[in-house]
Amino acid sequence: MHSVVCIKQVPDSAQIRVHPVTNTIMRQGVPAIINPYDLFALEEALRLKDRFGGTVTVITMGPPQAEVALRKCLSFGADHAILVSDRAFAGADTLATSFALSAAISKVREEQPVDLIFTGKQTIDGDTAQVGPGIAKRLDYQLLTYVSKIVDIDFGKKEITVERRAEGGVQLLKTAVPCLITMLEGTNEMRFGDMADMFRAARYPLKVWDRVAAGIEDVAKIGLKGSPTVVGKVFAPKPRSQRAEMIEVHDNDPQDLVVTLLAKVFTRHPKIEAEIIKRAS
Amino acid sequence: MSDSNDAPRKPARKKVELDPRFLSYKHVWVYIEAERGEVHPVSWELLGEGRKLADQLGVDLVGVVLGPPEARTRAICEEAFHFGADRCYLVQHDALRDYRNEPYTKCLTELVDTYQPEILMLGATTLGRDLAGSVATTLATGLVADCTELVIEAESRCLASTRPTFGGSLLCTIMTQRHRPQMATVRPRVMAMPDADASRTGEIIEHAFSIVETSIITKILQFIPDDTRDKPNLPFADIIVAGGRGLKKPENFQLVWDLAKVLGAEVGASRPVVQAGWAELDRQVGQSGKTVRPKLYIAAGISGAVQHRVGMDGADVIIAINNDSNAPIFDFAHYGIVGNAMQILPALTEAFRKHLAQARKAG
Ligand SMILES: Cc1cc2nc3c(=O)[nH]c(=O)nc-3n(C[C@H](O)[C@H](O)[C@H](O)COP(=O)(O)OP(=O)(O)OC[C@H]3O[C@@H](n4cnc5c(N)ncnc54)[C@H](O)[C@@H]3O)c2cc1C
Repeated sequence: MHSVVCIKQVPDSAQIRVHPVTNTIMRQGVPAIINPYDLFALEEALRLKDRFGGTVTVITMGPPQAEVALRKCLSFGADHAILVSDRAFAGADTLATSFALSAAISKVREEQPVDLIFTGKQTIDGDTAQVGPGIAKRLDYQLLTYVSKIVDIDFGKKEITVERRAEGGVQLLKTAVPCLITMLEGTNEMRFGDMADMFRAARYPLKVWDRVAAGIEDVAKIGLKGSPTVVGKVFAPKPRSQRAEMIEVHDNDPQDLVVTLLAKVFTRHPKIEAEIIKRAS
Repeated sequence: MSDSNDAPRKPARKKVELDPRFLSYKHVWVYIEAERGEVHPVSWELLGEGRKLADQLGVDLVGVVLGPPEARTRAICEEAFHFGADRCYLVQHDALRDYRNEPYTKCLTELVDTYQPEILMLGATTLGRDLAGSVATTLATGLVADCTELVIEAESRCLASTRPTFGGSLLCTIMTQRHRPQMATVRPRVMAMPDADASRTGEIIEHAFSIVETSIITKILQFIPDDTRDKPNLPFADIIVAGGRGLKKPENFQLVWDLAKVLGAEVGASRPVVQAGWAELDRQVGQSGKTVRPKLYIAAGISGAVQHRVGMDGADVIIAINNDSNAPIFDFAHYGIVGNAMQILPALTEAFRKHLAQARKAG
């Protein structure tokens, strides 16, 4: 069995600051991490390999420094890693990104058929959840988003059964392999790589594919040109004009303060009081 | 390079010509999400928003209803008219009974190709995101996820969609200038619910969609509904008491539950609390959790990081309890209490309990 896992190196957005004057992102010094959702995807692929044997290939489209993220995946136990990197990809939106990645996966597939493609449910910097569906569509694979569990795989019949989070419940779905799965968070926990994998990761001769190596002829489909969406402006959210009205605390007498608060809130917002009374009774 | 819609790129140049093949694309569409006969409220919220866009463009607002051949499916169109739609495209087919990506993508793509909308909006639900991604790729058009604001840019008549980026630290405005439809998803509770007008009617246009079940590869073996009593429905809760890392220990999180119980409220949590396992994932409020819009939000021991804020600052009234008077949450809460949450929460619970008892006696 051969799984391809698509990952992305993202800035650790918890540590991103916005420049107070220019309203631009200050990336300097912000550590880059593997998109946390992608780790659920990678771990799931590794578990299938533990069970059924086979190969796990990780792939990312990104700048040269994304190599670090790929090596990290190798150290967890992935077998192969491909960095799809070319200036021509710059400025890609989700449509152009899914095109480039699906082209690269097509190339991978020429060497070894790909049974499953995994992605995280979304990234933490873009948050769009669009690249996975895009890749599935382009490769004409069945799409299974928000998968919480792989229930069964039948390699003889080329069938897979999964649980998928849907609105208001869980769908138990059966579909054909090959297919693309986007993994929900919290479905598993990433293993620690062993020593052998760590050494192998450090020495692994990473494949770096430019546009041509990825088999892309039509430059109109990648990068800025291939992106139907255009970013107009980027700006900081408007701060609320008013700071909270502070309720004074009298030392050690929270009861007192709370009564003051309630009086204020309920006289000013009678609807809230009515709502609470309605519920409580 | 980014998978996001919004990696900082060269600013949009003015006066972009629309591809001539899209010149005939008109009208604003809202995909009406219905599963097992129940419409997701985000669809009505989108009709409310779509009404404004359609009026501004001087075009019709259209609802798209896909579902099984049942009276209920047709009745959904009537409801869509009450919430502002002028017209509905209705497709009824057995293959559309439960949501599956393949038949739904085929059907919606076919409708777009046939009737050519200039704007297509969907809810940013698990269904909406799944469907929108596939449809946009098939149509090779732009899709902007999780928009918080949608406006028509006067000179270009383009849809300008604003969405949070980088975990909510920034907002950015994105446009699809050369392609149609311009697609956007919006999370539940981000837009206000419009008032229903039961006297409004509209035109239903039935579209015959042909697909054979045997050609559809994915099969639904079972649907396991969430036990509604156990599953919090945070986005639609009117009162929420939420706790953060400031509560320090899982046992202290019980104080949040105690207050919630007295108020008949839902319990929410910040991300660290969820990650520590003190509360379930469905209770996480914020960028990577739920967007909520309650009448009252009480936040205890929550700092007010931007990723939390974007999920809750649509609340009518926010009361924050924090022992640090400089906590960012006081910059946008309406009422602030500087103090130890472990003391304030029980005091609040007690005060509300008394107040309610009195109100009940009086009332
Ligand atoms: C991509 C991304 C997505 C994210 N998504 C979310 C999300 O959806 N939701 C979310 O909440 N966060 C999210 N976060 C995390 C977010 O950045 C913050 O880390 C988080 O909101 C902080 O939670 P907190 O306020 O509970 O904890 P802290 O930041 O640790 O704050 C605790 C607060 O409690 C106060 N406190 C301490 N002791 C007491 C006491 N005894 N009484 C009263 N107050 C006390 C402290 O002064 C402090 O203000 C996300 C981050 C990233 C990077």
